[in-house]
Amino acid sequence: MLVLSPLLVPLLTALLTALLARQPVLRRSMSLLGAAALLGCAILLLLEVVQGGRQSVALGNWPLPYAIEFAADALSAALVLVAAILGAGVLLATLRWGETAEAGAGLHPLLHGLLAATGAVFLAADLFNLYVWFELMLISVLGLLVLGGKRRHGEAAFKYFAVSMLGTLLMLGAVGMIYGATGHLNFGALRVASTEPQLAGALPAYLGLLVLAFLLKAGAFPLFAWLPASYHTLPAPVLALVGGLLTKVAAYVLLRLLGDVFVATPGIMLEALGWLALVTMLSGVLGAAYHWDIRRILAFHIVSQIGYLLLGIALATPAGAAATVYFLFHNILVKANLFLIAGLVFAAAGHYDLRRIGGLYPARPLLALLFLLSAFSLVGVPPTTGFWGKFMLLREAFEQGRYLWGGTALAVGLLTLYSMSKIWLEAFWKPQPDDRPAGSTSAARPSAAYAAVLLLSLLILTMGVFPEPVIRHVELATAGFWSGALK
Amino acid sequence: MMLAISLVVSAGVMLALSRDLFRLIVGLAVLGSAANLIVFMAARPGSLVPPLIEAGAGQLAAAAADPLPQALVLTAIVIGFALLCFALVLGAWLVRHEGHDDSDRLQDSEPVASDSLKPPVMEE
Repeated sequence: MLVLSPLLVPLLTALLTALLARQPVLRRSMSLLGAAALLGCAILLLLEVVQGGRQSVALGNWPLPYAIEFAADALSAALVLVAAILGAGVLLATLRWGETAEAGAGLHPLLHGLLAATGAVFLAADLFNLYVWFELMLISVLGLLVLGGKRRHGEAAFKYFAVSMLGTLLMLGAVGMIYGATGHLNFGALRVASTEPQLAGALPAYLGLLVLAFLLKAGAFPLFAWLPASYHTLPAPVLALVGGLLTKVAAYVLLRLLGDVFVATPGIMLEALGWLALVTMLSGVLGAAYHWDIRRILAFHIVSQIGYLLLGIALATPAGAAATVYFLFHNILVKANLFLIAGLVFAAAGHYDLRRIGGLYPARPLLALLFLLSAFSLVGVPPTTGFWGKFMLLREAFEQGRYLWGGTALAVGLLTLYSMSKIWLEAFWKPQPDDRPAGSTSAARPSAAYAAVLLLSLLILTMGVFPEPVIRHVELATAGFWSGALK
Repeated sequence: MMLAISLVVSAGVMLALSRDLFRLIVGLAVLGSAANLIVFMAARPGSLVPPLIEAGAGQLAAAAADPLPQALVLTAIVIGFALLCFALVLGAWLVRHEGHDDSDRLQDSEPVASDSLKPPVMEE
């Protein structure tokens, strides 16, 4: 039952917080309790998987491969833990946060719904189940987008809906075709069925459709326009959860499907994925260079980081997969932390636009320090998490002779440094501009959000200074990937 | 059947590419039906033998219909319907608050730049 806890606990919490719509204090404590319980279950699950290997539960009273299977291996259990840490941090940050207090009673149930869906996607070992939980994710995010209730929230939700819906329809169609071709939905059965020679003609086409759907969900080039168009309308703590997790979940699914399930992925698809990754990286970071709104800069950086993840998948080796997974951990935590810091900058200076704010270094030295840590980590300065992730990725790329891929990744790192130093110079070093909006600087500091950022930063710092245990776990988790790949 | 699906897909794509909000929603709904039909076709319909295991027999008759895609389609229809309802309400809300139904003019969340080099400042 422990395997199911990462989806049952948040679902139960969502239900309870929805029932407590009229008691805000009780609702918030319930929500925090749920997040803490999820964190505890995730830790227990990871320990159990580390000691006892893959854990799986087959629902529906049928034998495998017909039952609905949820399985936790070393990779999924670790990702569930990262998501749970992020969920707890974000829920802590929503306490005493102005915008989220205005959002009303719907916020906590939707946040827990999102956590349940991501947990279930990490654990699903069944293609159709995966589709259902992606839909639940879409529904939760749509709910979170419209909670703001202003025109821009509705617009953002509509744009997000139109593109995501297209993605889920592609996914559904592809799932149907794959079922029609192989007669299976379970990952284990598909792994066996996908190597059958009579499927070598049709299956890559169906798989391509499926990959396209997840590329859209991940925000890869050229299908990323929906992401910076909608994310920045969310309140900062919610943005941290959504921006930190969602696209990365799609990247995880791509890694799982291509590297672990459909082991006979044709090489040309991976080649295409690699080039796509380069363009994604570049277009994301160049989009970020144009913008002055911190949230939109960071939203474009999500796209750019997705490029790195896709690059790791395209390298199609266990080492590439290990680099991808380490980068995934790093990116989920760092990106969410940066969004939370952006929210704190807004709380301190009254605006997200870099042209309207300044002088935060003398006013908020701690915030400046925390931003520097996360920004360095995103850029990849040693000894931060970003450095190790990029180091593993680049080493594998150069070892395979992919000098152009690796070189572009390095150049994108430099451009990331440009965006981060822009935020640093404008928000922290430049003196406060005179035409600042009146009454912008609030006296009350969102202390809970500070605590959340401090804890996440501490975790990022520890992961950067002592990367050994994480890297060893990641290498163990991805050792079996790409075992049957046709290169 | 393949012909029918391709017809439905093309109708859906045509509607979904429209700038009109409601056409877009209806187009996505039509595309959803096409996806459902694809899943439905995965069962290779045609068999009239119900997928019931006869008393005494250990497994299904070889010619039995595949029951799984129907369950899948049902699930997909339910989710798709919920999303369609949400989208219609959202669309109606947008039309009321914007005063038009042109998706190209939904620019409150992404203001158009007046300067060709600098993006506009978003007011909270």
